[in-house]
Amino acid sequence: MSEAIVHTHDDAHHHDDHHGPEKGFKRWLFTTNHKDIGTLYLTFSLIMLFIGGIMALIIRVELFEPGKVIVNPEFFNQMTTMHGLIMVFGVIMPAMAGLANWMIPMMIGAPDMALPRLNNWSFWLLPFAFTMLMSTQLMSGPAPDFGWTFYAPLSTLYGPKSTDFFIFSIHMMGASSIMAALNIVVTIFNMRAPGMTWFKLPMFVWSWLVTAFLLLAVMPVLAGCVTMMLMDRHFHTSFFNAAGGGDPLLFQHVFWFFGHPEVYILILPGFGVMSEIIPTFARKTLFGYHAMVYATVLIAIVGFLVWMHHMFTTGAPYSAQLYFMYATMLVAVPTGIKVFNWVATLFKGSITFETPMLFALGFLVMFTIGGFSGLMLSLVPADYQYRDSYFVVAHFHYVLVSGSLFTIIAAVYFWLPKWTGRMYSERLGHLHFWLSVIGMNLAFLPMHFLGLAGMPRRIPDYPLQYTDFNQWCTVGAFIFGFAQLIFLYIIIKSCFSKSKPDVSDRVWEDAKGLEWTIPSPAPYHTFETAPIIK
Amino acid sequence: MHYIGRISLFVCLILFAIAGFATPGINMPVGVSPISKQIYDLHMACFWICCVIGTLTFGVLFYSLFKFRKSKGAKAAHFHQHIGIEILWTVIPFLILVGLAIPATIVLKKIHNTDESALTVKVTGYQWKWKYEYLDQGVSFFSTLATNQDQINNKTPKNEWFLLEVDKPMVIPVKTKVKILVTADDVIHAWWVPELGVKQDGIPGFINENWIYAEHPGIYRGQCGELCGMNHGFMPIVVEAVSQEDFKQWVQNHQSASAVDNTNSYKTFTREELVTLGKVEYEKSCAMCHQNTGEGVPPTFPALKRSRVVTGPATANIKFVSQGVPGTAMQAFGDQLDDKTLAVIITYTRQAWGNDKLTEKHKQSIVVQPIDVKNARLSKK
Repeated sequence: MSEAIVHTHDDAHHHDDHHGPEKGFKRWLFTTNHKDIGTLYLTFSLIMLFIGGIMALIIRVELFEPGKVIVNPEFFNQMTTMHGLIMVFGVIMPAMAGLANWMIPMMIGAPDMALPRLNNWSFWLLPFAFTMLMSTQLMSGPAPDFGWTFYAPLSTLYGPKSTDFFIFSIHMMGASSIMAALNIVVTIFNMRAPGMTWFKLPMFVWSWLVTAFLLLAVMPVLAGCVTMMLMDRHFHTSFFNAAGGGDPLLFQHVFWFFGHPEVYILILPGFGVMSEIIPTFARKTLFGYHAMVYATVLIAIVGFLVWMHHMFTTGAPYSAQLYFMYATMLVAVPTGIKVFNWVATLFKGSITFETPMLFALGFLVMFTIGGFSGLMLSLVPADYQYRDSYFVVAHFHYVLVSGSLFTIIAAVYFWLPKWTGRMYSERLGHLHFWLSVIGMNLAFLPMHFLGLAGMPRRIPDYPLQYTDFNQWCTVGAFIFGFAQLIFLYIIIKSCFSKSKPDVSDRVWEDAKGLEWTIPSPAPYHTFETAPIIK
Repeated sequence: MHYIGRISLFVCLILFAIAGFATPGINMPVGVSPISKQIYDLHMACFWICCVIGTLTFGVLFYSLFKFRKSKGAKAAHFHQHIGIEILWTVIPFLILVGLAIPATIVLKKIHNTDESALTVKVTGYQWKWKYEYLDQGVSFFSTLATNQDQINNKTPKNEWFLLEVDKPMVIPVKTKVKILVTADDVIHAWWVPELGVKQDGIPGFINENWIYAEHPGIYRGQCGELCGMNHGFMPIVVEAVSQEDFKQWVQNHQSASAVDNTNSYKTFTREELVTLGKVEYEKSCAMCHQNTGEGVPPTFPALKRSRVVTGPATANIKFVSQGVPGTAMQAFGDQLDDKTLAVIITYTRQAWGNDKLTEKHKQSIVVQPIDVKNARLSKK
């Protein structure tokens, strides 16, 4: 466990200057350094966060009032589609991959990732994939407008021409994710420092290991899904076309067989981050480390067996609905264990409230609320009312914004001083946190009520009785969006400031783990000689 | 001390959430069917269970955040596991889940029981309207949005039931178990009326069964629940529950009305009559895509203004509208609208937005009579 880690080498002093990075753009284009690639992933994710965020704000402006406000329904659908795709594949996944690249080698005492060239390629696929995806906005004819779930036959027989670009970019993102996941698995299996046994691995590393297996298992399924779409669109197959003997529901089965593990891919690394941050600022060892590991593995396994709970209203037979309801409810048990363990870690700790901790606590409360609405959604009869309403939108924004996104933000605040050697302003960090929390809740809490009152999701215009809550949502969304500009400022200042590094190696008073034994900022090469863990 | 303010903000948010759920109008409707009531009870039971678990968990959390602060001199304890409590918080949630699963299973069984229904209605989703077929009564009609484009474009004040009103509601008798068979013609739609407690996807190639039951007469409104393209937000559902006698009367009226429609095919109308009626029908059936201005939303929904088809030969125009264009959103309206409606719409589009000048220039007739449509249909066969 982490406190048992003893650091034996401080190899930062051994390495030579000529091992440093190349100059100029070549450094970033050709880099095989895990820290550079981590930075690339995180930068890419940050840019995409603002692009996806602007799309969200366009959606919210259109929904500020009943009647047409700024965009027509067709463009509105393009915005919901692109917002979802960008946030899932362009923000959360690359950010988690960036954190993995930066931190996993430093946490397990490895000099780099196991497959550095593959690492370079898996990053550089992404900007091209997303450029292609977003270029559909500039094409004549609509951009993809069938929602991020791209259900057939809306996306196949009825999909716009640009759908083919969408399919190709999904393929590229999938290839990127598979390679990144493969790299992470190989690194964790083979490159742990001597003495770093499985049950000494930091929780972040454990969580990413499980996530990487999920990625390896389901990204090929997504690739198969979009390939079948491509065949249906151009090669006269009828996988999803009922008129040709195919089955539109097959699409949903294949998609959600990918899609459900995908939501755990988005959240599990965040769980890992929480298990690093909460003990640090509670100054107390993580409660129930073994239970946390088992719970993570269990969530991943059960995550494969619940996909049809996204399809309860599709005419699923009684027996299938029952099985998927019970299995889905079961996910609440290991998730509950994790929440209880974090609370128990805080209990009788010695707590301080630095910005990473604030975001971690925000996560803990609001993710749990998202978990509660998830439990409600698992009940099939009630799901007949919740499905495809704003209740679902509220649910997945609670688990993805105050879940995944908050954990990423917390991780950035937590490790930024280690990356740049400079402490951020706590005052601005706190402001960022409180504006985010207020904005986030104002934006998404009323969506529960809208959904329960009967407002379907993905509509560009709505009946009059939903006006008040929608206006709150829009105001909240703008507060949340504005708050992220503070985040941007903090990051830019920390990265580009000319001031001298001002933090110690350990940075936080009670930080444990190998990454805190190397200097701040972390040198270009670390652990060229493996530390020995006792 | 200033943390107290911040933490009380969290508490306020949670209280606000609870208050929200407890206030009528923004919670799930109790509804008017036995199923919707049981769903509501299940929903509220689960909600209160979540509240209790939330209160306990957040209670311990906030207690810890207040009590064990470094600034108050708290020293960290050293425990990091306790088998007993870990088993406890695995087993207790499991038992709670079993407690929730039992009523859910029972209600679900009732939802699946479509036996002993007195009436069967087939519901078909189209882009972007619903078709209702009363299989034993021989009544069949399309139900489209009645809110006009001007309200959507903020040119006129909005009705009370803006976007929740249709030209012809689905009518059902009260206190009768009505089986619905839900399917779709093009893409996936979902037929959802919250107060009846039913949401059922309509999927091309599948027929999904469910049932509805209204305990009281009234008008129950809903919307399409599955993204189905551009006008997904503009295909509401209105169900009118009436007494048994009124329902019988409604069925009879409908049957005689369809006989009148047939005779309409042989009537001749003046150009003014056609155009006046055509404007109304156009705005109902066509304007969602081609817009009131006839300018469409190119390239998906082409402009009708100055269109070659609309200003070209009438027979080709009729064929285009009645047979649709496969692989596009242009449906085969011949299956949906009667001869007269098609004739008035086509006449309207051939004379509106300055098309009349072009049509005359092309030496084509502007006026299309119902009989022309009928003949075009016959010649197709």
